[in-house]
Order: sequence, then structure tokens, then C-alpha cells
Amino acid sequence: MARHDHELVRLSAAALAEKLSSGEISAVEATDAHLDRIAAVDEEVHAFLHTAPELSRRTAAAIDERRRAGEVLHPLAGVPIAVKDVIVTNDMPTTSGSKILEGWVPPYDATVMTKLRAAGLVPIGKTNMDEFAMGSSTEHSAYGPTHNPWDLERIPGGSGGGSAAAVASFEAPLALGSDTGGSIRQPAHVTGTVGVKPTYGGVSRYGAIALASSLDQIGPVSRTVLDSALLHDVIGGHDPRDSTSLTDEWPSMADAVRRGDVKGLKIGVIKELDGDGFQAGVLERFREALDLLAANGAEIVDVSLPSLEYAIAAYYLIMPAEASSNLAKFDSVRFGLRVNPPGGGTVEDVMAATREVGFGAEAKRRIILGTYALSAGYYDAYYGSAQKVRTLVQRDFAAAFAGVDVLVSPTAPTTAFKLGANTGDPMAMYLNDIATIPANLAGIPGISLPVGLAREDGLPVGIQFLAPAREDARLYGVGGALERMLEQKWGHTLISQAPDLAPGEMNAAQEGAV
Amino acid sequence: MSEITQEQVAHLANLARIALTPEEIESLTSELGSIVDNVAKVSEVATADVPATSHPIPLQNVYRDDVPGATLTTEQALAGAPDHDGSRFRVTAILGEEQ
Repeated sequence: MARHDHELVRLSAAALAEKLSSGEISAVEATDAHLDRIAAVDEEVHAFLHTAPELSRRTAAAIDERRRAGEVLHPLAGVPIAVKDVIVTNDMPTTSGSKILEGWVPPYDATVMTKLRAAGLVPIGKTNMDEFAMGSSTEHSAYGPTHNPWDLERIPGGSGGGSAAAVASFEAPLALGSDTGGSIRQPAHVTGTVGVKPTYGGVSRYGAIALASSLDQIGPVSRTVLDSALLHDVIGGHDPRDSTSLTDEWPSMADAVRRGDVKGLKIGVIKELDGDGFQAGVLERFREALDLLAANGAEIVDVSLPSLEYAIAAYYLIMPAEASSNLAKFDSVRFGLRVNPPGGGTVEDVMAATREVGFGAEAKRRIILGTYALSAGYYDAYYGSAQKVRTLVQRDFAAAFAGVDVLVSPTAPTTAFKLGANTGDPMAMYLNDIATIPANLAGIPGISLPVGLAREDGLPVGIQFLAPAREDARLYGVGGALERMLEQKWGHTLISQAPDLAPGEMNAAQEGAV
Repeated sequence: MSEITQEQVAHLANLARIALTPEEIESLTSELGSIVDNVAKVSEVATADVPATSHPIPLQNVYRDDVPGATLTTEQALAGAPDHDGSRFRVTAILGEEQ
């Protein structure tokens, strides 16, 4: 059993799905293998805030039953999936990484959950995150940080560090993330995994606990580009419950990966994200990847996005402004924590006492900053100006995409930093998102996939591709093609080079094999 | 340097309904000052001729038919409430004595 399990958790979702549909393995076996893996490594990694083994096994058993009865199921039916705790689930607690929602079981499912369940995927737990998705390291989680599977003393990125670490440590082949300023792509970069921020409105946000409503987007997290595409095809599409949801007919992202080819593709290198402030080993792997793309027929050109230097500033006004409004719903009345101040008080006193205890430092910082940016006398100078910068960033992208098919940059300036390195300096933490934020401001899709390990520290480096709005399939095409070229060059996947977190488990498996 | 003062942070905290401690007000005052210094540069390029963008992909008039949709039952709506009487959320006094 142990030998079998050890192999199962290392399969891609696509490979696991084939074994499930051929009947070689059952959904219960697949689920058990991943639950065993979680039991073996999650004490160290802390990717999960909640698992419900019995519930997951029952879900898997029901899939097996339907398959045995001859029902034709979705190709991913029976594949386990981890879910970022920002997404509401009607059968597991949902906290968004905050004490204010500790133990809350939502009375409804997010639309992405409804779609996952309809396709027969098996939710195996809720993943850790910075509180309300505010952060780049998971260190702002009220439940303690997640650790990077490549080096447990380092950050797994954020806010979706739990989802990225879960797939990187083979606790799940797939996960859901959310990306407001890079929270899917930057964790993918530092954990050697794949993450996609779809076009704004391409995936329903109904049931995603909002951070900044004009920036937030749910998307897939996985170890391979094809797996993200398969998951994207499940969760994408119009949802009448989300008024920002696009009514477009979307092409198959999985087909885009399979057909992926860079011959004749025009790729623009974002000049502002290819030099100053970027770690040497990150740039080295990035440029090697560009060479590989060029050798395979892509045309690489330089592109300038002059307004990018204002993008972070605009983001750190717009996001807190929207967050301060969205988080007003945590009022101690309808759900979540209530703290009664000593001696009692009015409902406002109770609300203030509750929010003092229930919110962490970063949530308070951003609520106060957002309240400031929106207050009379400052609105025009800050929030109003930030919205104008947003226009300028969009114009830069429009001009760039008139000349190239996709844009490219390193996903983040550095590899994973040590836990605690930036917690005392909010501004330093915010600068991690310099390459990812512009896509959220403009609503365009982005993908991060691994391009190797940095020479100086042996940690993963990601490359980011951006495409015009609604052209998500283009990202899957170039991402899938580059992944194939790199793996052919290396002779293995990047994630196979990650340290084994449960060597005892491996030894047992090897002994079993003899 | 920005002009953010402790009085201002205390006022913002009151508007945002967060009962900050004096220590939090002190540290937030210096952190916010540093953040605001960094983000104030947006006004350098936000000239009068640039329109504001509030939404990345604008959609107009997203309506649905005016018919009842699927809604939560009273029991479901109250299930996560800190306090309720079976049909309504229960809170402490809305108005203080001086009001």
C-alpha cells in the first residue's frame, strides 16, 4: 500500500485522471493517498487549515459508486483538490485566514465549488493564506505561516502560499487560489509550481470572500500547465450570480496546452521588469528561458510600459480602499466573532472591540490606509489619482499588445525569502508584487510557471506571461510549449528536484518495491 | 514626509470601527506615514486629462429577471450569527445613553 501511495501522489492530475477513468485506481485510493501524504508532511509544511478525511472519503466513494454503475463522468472525477480558505464551502469551515471567522461554516457554496463538485473532483481541505489575502508570504495568517516545501525556513509566497505549498509538497495535485495582486502567481514562482490568474470576470467570484472587488480573480494552482488548464476548463465561464462575470464563450484551455507552439509567436520582454531590483539568479534563468523560446521560433522583442513605476503605488491605494469597504461586513452581527467590551456598550462599541481582537496587524493597516485614501479631502489626491494611473497602465498594455502576442517577465524579483525577513517593513513586503500587480490593475490574464533554480540559492524561479484580456488560451499555449522544452532539456520536471519531506515514507516504499 | 498624526489615525480607526490600542496607533502612524510617502507619487502622472478607471473590464447594466431566486432559509441565515432569537439577529443597544 505504501509503495502505491508514494507514486500516486506524484502523478499529475491528468495522469491520475487517466488511472481513475481506466479503473486502475479508485477515487477512494487516490483520496487516501493524498490524505496520508498530508498526515506525513503537513505538520512541517502547514499548507492546510482544515481537512475532513471522512467527508472527503465519502465524496470519493460516491464517485467510485457512480463510475461502477457505468455513469460517464467528467475526466477529472475522483481527483483530489485543495481549496484556498478564501472560497466559501458549505461543508468545511471558511476563515479567509482570519480569527474573526474562526470556525465559521458558510451556509452556501461558492460557484467554483458547485462546479468542482458537479465535475466530481474531491475537495480534501482548505489551505492557509494571509489574512483576507493580504500579504505575499502567508505570515499574516492568523493561524501561523505555511512553510516552503523547498526550504521549510522560507516563505511559500502569498497570499495563496497554502495552495502552492500543497501542490508543491504532493499533498494535492490541484488547488484553487485567488489573485488580487499576484497571490496565485507569486506563490507559484517561489514553490516551483504553476499558477494562473484568469481574465477578470473569466471565473466566477461568487463565494470568494472579497479583498478588492475590482482586482480579485479566482484561478487554478497545479504542478503542470496542463493540469491548470484542465481545472480552468472546469471553473471558467459565465455565472449569473457574479455581475462582473463575462458572458464570453471560452475555448478549451487544455486543448491550447496540447496544441501549444511558439513558432512565429511575438513575445515582448517588459523592460521595466528586467533589471534593477531583480536577483541575479532570477534574471539568469529568465533569460535562458527567453533563449530557449527564441531557439524554438519565437520572436523576442523589448517592450516598455512606462506607467509601471506608478502601478504599485496605485495598487496600494485602490486595494486598501476597496478592502476597507469590503471588510465592513465583519460587524459582529451576522456571522463570525463577537467580542463584548468590558461593561457592555452599544452595537458600535461591540463592533469596534470585535474588530480590534478579530483582525490582525496587516488587516488593520490596510483598513486604516483605505479609510484614509477614501476620506474627504484626500479622495482626489489618492484614490482618484490611483484610478487615473489605472487608465495609464491599461493604455500601456494596449499599446504593447498592438505589437506583440504576449508579454513576459520574471514573476517576482527574488526567490523565496526567509520567514520573518520582511515582516517588520510593510513597504518592502509590498514590493514583491511589482511584476504581478499590473495585470490585476488592467484585468488581463497571467500565468507563472517554473524555469529552473537560481544559481545562488537553489530555489525555484518562475516566468510570467501576460496576454490581452480574454486571451487566456494564448498563455496556456506558450506556457505548455515552454514547459515541454524545459523538461526535454532537463530530462525531468522541476518539482521532482524538490527535497523529499518524508524520507521515511520513501524508504518504506523502496523497501516495499524490492 | 507625510503629515499623518496620531490624532488622525485615531480618528480613522474610529471611522473604521476598530478599537486600536495606543501602541497600535503609534506604530500605525509611522507605518502609514511611510506607505503614504511611497504611494503619493500617483498624483505626479494623474493629470486632469486622464480619465479614471474603476473597473478593469467595464460591463453596463447587468440585470436579471425580477423574480425571487434561491435564498437562504432563516435557519441558514442565522446559523453563523453570534447571537439570535430564532428569527432575528440579536445585538446590544443601537443608541448610547447620550444619544
